[in-house]
Amino acid sequence: MSARTSPPSKPLTDRIRPNHPPYGLADYERHGGYQGLRAALKMSPQDVTALMKSAGLRGRGGAGFPTGVKWSLVPMGENAPKQKYIIANGDEMEPGTFKDRLLLEGDPLQFIEGITIGGYAIGASIGYVFLRAEYVEAARALRKAIQECYARNRLGRNILGSDFHFDLYLHTSAGRYICGEETALINSLEGKRAIPRAKPPFPATSGLFGKPTVVNNIETLCNVPHIVHYGAEWFRGLSKGKDGGTKIYGASGKLRRPGAWELPMGTTVREILEDHAGGLRAGLKLRGFLPGGASTDFLTAEHLDVPMDFDSIAKAGSRMGTGMMIVLDDQTDVIGMVRNLERFFARESCGWCTPCRDGLPWVEKILASLEAGQGRPEDLTILRQMTRLLGPGRTFCAHAPGAMEPLQSALGHFRLDFERAAARSAAVAGGRP
Amino acid sequence: MSAGDARSATAPLVTIEIDGRRYRVDPRRNLLEVALELGFDLPYFCWHPALGSVGACRQCAVTQFKDENDTQGRVVMACMTPCADKTRIAIAHPDALEMRASVIEMLMTNHPHDCPVCEEGGACHLQDMTVMTGHAYRRYRFHKRTHVNQDLGPFVSHEMNRCIACYRCVRFYREYAGGDDLNVFGAHHYVYFGRASDGVLESPFSGNLVEVCPTGVFTDKTYGESYTRKWDLQQAPSICHHCAVGCNIMPGERYGRLKRIENRYHGALNGYFLCDRGRYGYQHVNAQGRVRHAALRRDRGAARQPVDADTAIATLAGWLAEGRVLGIGSPRASLEANYALRALVGADRFHRGIDAETARLDDLVLETLARGPAQIATIADIEQADAVLVLGEDVLATGARIALAIRQAVRQSAYAMADAAHVPRWQDHSARLLAQEVKSPLFVCTPAATGLDGIATRTYRGAPQDLVRLAQEIVHLLDYTQPRAPGLDGDTIHLAHTIAEALKGAQRPLIVSGTGCGSAALLQVVANLCTALGRSGRKPWLALLPSECNSLGTALLGGPGLDAALARIEVGEIDTLIVLENDLFRRVPAPRLQALLMRLSHLVVIDALATPTAEAADLLLPAGAFAETDGTLVNYEGRAQRYFQVYVPEGDIRESWRWLQQVARARGQDLGDALDALIAGCAGSDPRLARIVDAAPSARFRIHGSRIPRQPHRYSGRTAMHAQRDIHEPRPPQDPDTPLAFSMEGARTGAPPAEIPIFWYPRWNSVQSVHKFQQEIGGPLRGGDPGVRLIEPGPGGHYHDRPGYRAPAELETVWLYELFGSEELSVRGDAIASRVAAPYLVLHPATAARLGLTAGATVQVEAAGQRWQAVLRVSPTFAANVAGVPRGLPGVPTFATGTVLSVREVRP
Amino acid sequence: MLSPDEIAEIDRELAHYEQPAAATIEALKIVQRHRGWVSDEAVAAIAAKLGCSPADVDAVATFYNLIYRRPVGRHVIHVCDSVTCWMLGEPRLTELLKAQLGIDYGQTTADGRFTLLPICCLGTCDRAPAMMIDEDTHRDLESVDAARLSAILERYP
Ligand SMILES: Cc1cc2nc3c(=O)[nH]c(=O)nc-3n(C[C@H](O)[C@H](O)[C@H](O)COP(=O)(O)O)c2cc1C
Ligand code: SF4
Ligand code: FES
Repeated sequence: MSARTSPPSKPLTDRIRPNHPPYGLADYERHGGYQGLRAALKMSPQDVTALMKSAGLRGRGGAGFPTGVKWSLVPMGENAPKQKYIIANGDEMEPGTFKDRLLLEGDPLQFIEGITIGGYAIGASIGYVFLRAEYVEAARALRKAIQECYARNRLGRNILGSDFHFDLYLHTSAGRYICGEETALINSLEGKRAIPRAKPPFPATSGLFGKPTVVNNIETLCNVPHIVHYGAEWFRGLSKGKDGGTKIYGASGKLRRPGAWELPMGTTVREILEDHAGGLRAGLKLRGFLPGGASTDFLTAEHLDVPMDFDSIAKAGSRMGTGMMIVLDDQTDVIGMVRNLERFFARESCGWCTPCRDGLPWVEKILASLEAGQGRPEDLTILRQMTRLLGPGRTFCAHAPGAMEPLQSALGHFRLDFERAAARSAAVAGGRP
Repeated sequence: MSAGDARSATAPLVTIEIDGRRYRVDPRRNLLEVALELGFDLPYFCWHPALGSVGACRQCAVTQFKDENDTQGRVVMACMTPCADKTRIAIAHPDALEMRASVIEMLMTNHPHDCPVCEEGGACHLQDMTVMTGHAYRRYRFHKRTHVNQDLGPFVSHEMNRCIACYRCVRFYREYAGGDDLNVFGAHHYVYFGRASDGVLESPFSGNLVEVCPTGVFTDKTYGESYTRKWDLQQAPSICHHCAVGCNIMPGERYGRLKRIENRYHGALNGYFLCDRGRYGYQHVNAQGRVRHAALRRDRGAARQPVDADTAIATLAGWLAEGRVLGIGSPRASLEANYALRALVGADRFHRGIDAETARLDDLVLETLARGPAQIATIADIEQADAVLVLGEDVLATGARIALAIRQAVRQSAYAMADAAHVPRWQDHSARLLAQEVKSPLFVCTPAATGLDGIATRTYRGAPQDLVRLAQEIVHLLDYTQPRAPGLDGDTIHLAHTIAEALKGAQRPLIVSGTGCGSAALLQVVANLCTALGRSGRKPWLALLPSECNSLGTALLGGPGLDAALARIEVGEIDTLIVLENDLFRRVPAPRLQALLMRLSHLVVIDALATPTAEAADLLLPAGAFAETDGTLVNYEGRAQRYFQVYVPEGDIRESWRWLQQVARARGQDLGDALDALIAGCAGSDPRLARIVDAAPSARFRIHGSRIPRQPHRYSGRTAMHAQRDIHEPRPPQDPDTPLAFSMEGARTGAPPAEIPIFWYPRWNSVQSVHKFQQEIGGPLRGGDPGVRLIEPGPGGHYHDRPGYRAPAELETVWLYELFGSEELSVRGDAIASRVAAPYLVLHPATAARLGLTAGATVQVEAAGQRWQAVLRVSPTFAANVAGVPRGLPGVPTFATGTVLSVREVRP
Repeated sequence: MLSPDEIAEIDRELAHYEQPAAATIEALKIVQRHRGWVSDEAVAAIAAKLGCSPADVDAVATFYNLIYRRPVGRHVIHVCDSVTCWMLGEPRLTELLKAQLGIDYGQTTADGRFTLLPICCLGTCDRAPAMMIDEDTHRDLESVDAARLSAILERYP
């Protein structure tokens, strides 16, 4: 059935052909598709979960939580609730991030196979894909693929002749970045306002409609079939570091060849930026970069040789996040950039908790006034204080702390820019009659 | 009674450390609750003792340390942190202090700082928390976001710019009270709390928004119309007179006008919430139709002329001396007033102010409560019931606060799920999400649709006779020695099974019924149900609602009903009839009553309101309305509760019992000259009433020699308030009846729970201060909740005879009730009046079709020689064959239960 | 109030969820696809269909930025104003658009053809700046000029 002889080194993108429609089921299976699910159906659900653990698969949605551990928190066995759910998080609205779109547009079946295996592993008979509204292309590809899977017994009842049933529904969103936060996503899927929920209880015990639920990122789930098919060892071997597998890295900004590439986990920043993105455009110098989307701390040129994996980036003082870098060059106003980021976060706050709802607009306004040369010296004090007050644990969910990461690191790495802006404003103000 | 406490369960205490000191606390609580209980002033907004924790406002920040060695700590929200053993927190830690002040600063970036013109000013939780956290100087220098306000109807004003987005309003309105027309709109810092469009807030509990909102977004519109600062209100503890539940209220007065009603916390009864009838029903006190002066008609046919009090008293004393007197009491008057009338005219000449049929029902309620084995359910008990059967009573209309409690009761199985999942009950949204739509059993079996149907497991619609049969079948299923009900269809029998199983399977089954159906058989079968449940090993809880605020008090006093009095008038035995606070036209069909009144020589009416009965009086004595008098009421659970005079009214108005005392004195009879004498007399008249003395301390009670002031210490303008009339400072009125003083002077702390005139505490100027008066958050007031139970249920054990079954006649009346409209006093205020429906008649579609009538038609209805027009409502959920008539609604006359109507369409 | 097509589509979505209210967002999107925007009447009709109150539906409708509670033009232009697009010339693109259409953000052209709205990252940052018109994503607009912009807009009559 499978034409493949040797395992791929870029499993996630192997079947993706730029500027071509994605494979249909027949081609997909000719290229190794559904080997993972076939293998999984022969294993016990618990063994599939254990495999994820030993493969060292960590969530690609931003937090890097070990997928096998997440699955193992779901109650299993006789006394577990009958209804459980698995949800694919395809909300992807983190500025700078476009990896899940590529995976869904390019190879929707790989994802469907992945979520089906996930459903099997946790005993869920229903899965949802939560897709952001603007991904029209991806939605088309998914709809088509889902339809084909139903027609060919890859979804629905008694999948591939087993006694496993699995239904998959596509839910397209109506906007709002906060829908990407997994508990807000669950509320949104329930047709409610996308307000995050308190944790604990975690979705694994009380999620969608109060039932045990796993939320996984699209990229995370795309890895699953390959791990089952080729094994944990192989998966770990793909990586240059401790965490298993490859990673879709990306880079945007004033680069020669912005884009996204599947590379071994732990590829260095320098390799990504210089070899793959072609470096900065002529005449520009690197000032810094956000390693994994808008809600990560700035790193600078001194971090170019840090490997892009969860722990190394954390050690360097940031987060790997989505692994999609945004590059700041020396001609771009850093205050303007941070102002742009904070406007985004302020606008996308769900409005539930005070520091986020009322603090972020204030931050945005201060930055805008600094950018416009109307700041005040005490503004920097307030900004610094805000990075503390909107930090982890202070707000209801991770949205505001995420918003503070670029700000707090910018205030550190680019302190002089801010101080100069404040001083310039003071001078302007002082000069007024 | 705080969010979902299971009263049976106890947990071993654990040790936690706050600011370096150790405390033994209940691990099932959260840190915020516990810190407040321990006396710490920890600010909060979104947490509410009855609504639980949701972690939205981030105001209750404290620093938590991992262990003994952790010196750094991290900031957590106290409301979302359980009191696990060895928890170490610091409230005074610099990080937590900074966080708390900063949250206020952030909230204030959009707050309009319009405190001078805000109704909440000076009694505002936001102000208190702002001062408490120390945020004093504004650093925010940008624009504030603004909103447009909505017209939310006659009860609640809306000023959205003051909103701090604590989400309490929607959590109360939607999640706690089940309303669906208020919500939050928009996102990020443009969240808006209101209706989808302008319009009346539909929830019968909308007025609680005023107290639930920690700032001035939702304020009392009736109060705002002639506004006074909280500290300029004279207040006294009082009891709501608008139904038999007896919620504790706090009326406030200024310049001789009653300004507003606030909730007065009672741990076993109303807790934190009132219904809108209770909150807004007070306006009759200020209404135009008040009787303010004594007036006498000297000659038949002449007009009444004002007379001074002495003349009035002498006149009545003279008529009494002539003999042939009869006194009619009232279920809306105090025990003391009823007792005084009885003492004045003699027990054999005293009649209860209700028809014989209602008297029988009230007596049955008393008897059922007293016989046992059911325990009498407080509202706090009702919230804990894990299976509820509502039989015949539209509680949302006749005892609304109980319906709100039933809403909480259906969460019992959700709490069980939360316990199993180790989700603390106070973590409100998590507990709700876990349970989803799961509800404990609730069966609503009534003639017409009710506001509780939406949360009911099953509903059943039938005429009272059908309800009796259903209940009889349940009795049979619980105890096979009891006979089956005749002629039930399969569905109904199946329902009876379902209900019987649910009641049997419950730990704390509750039966709710009352006199609303006007059916003695129903009350008897309710008693049988309790007996059967008792025999099957379950001790049920029972809540039986009589119709008026002192129905049970008058039942305890006893005496024959009105019919007997009318018969004595009819035979010409009576010359002088004294009617106490009672509009007989609400109880006796007008043609008959008018004819009878003609046979009297003297009709004497003592009342606060110019009712039709008062209009007919030859001698009219102005009585104090509830806020102008003291007295005792007995509520549905048999709890005697004392209410106190808030202010001294103008004119000749005085307590009805004082008129009667003074008339007695003029006749040489001694009924005393203050309240305590009547309380003592009343208590001595029947062993069941003996304990009313303990409902509140007597007039002699003092705190270190001082009285309890009705006026706050900041009360302003005392010397100048009346200066436009008289520059001399009037001597404050004396109060011979209670330990309260019409004054600012006196003892501010240490008032016994029944006599707390204001909830205020240093640094806590808003209603949130109530926690300073509680033994524990959501528990009883310090010193115990006010009032005394007069009835202790016996062991029960025997059955009433099986009630006979009679199929209802076609177009036989079935009573329906309106929260706004069925109660006499509340409809006399503008706010409530604007919510009263026009007269209507309800028929089942089949019945309407048989009569050739269509929905919306104007029909003329005739009963007992009276005709009125009504709009026809056709409802498939209404019992077939019978006719639903809204009892007491303005424009609908009175007649006997079970009267057969005639209906015909009126064509324009 | 809802058309038979709308009802059929909503019913299809209802089948996917444990609870009817879960289809609220889908129902709003369905109605919007048919009518361009969601009026008060449509909110009430959806509420009736799903068995909840208009306030319930509106609370959801007003939360999500892609549900329009006011009429929009025949075509909606969403300009990405997030960080990469901003760096690569979104302000310029926006100014060009505003000038050509003669409207500001949040407005609709007088002929009812276009509504202009900002949107956060469209997930196409490697080809920034970008905008969406209806369901089409237009990329690589860094050096867009008035002529090219007109050519794009002309495709949306
Ligand atoms: C504000 C916010 C937005 C998020 N957006 C996304 C998103 O768009 N896609 C995603 O996969 N995860 C997002 N996450 C992370 C999810 O909450 C969750 O951790 C993730 O979907 C889990 O999947 P994983 O374990 O496979 O990474 C977001 C988190 C936060 C706090
Ligand atoms: S959210 Fe908590 S955090 Fe805030 S007060 Fe409300 S109670 Fe506390
Ligand atoms: S920043 Fe615009 S597409 Fe990403």
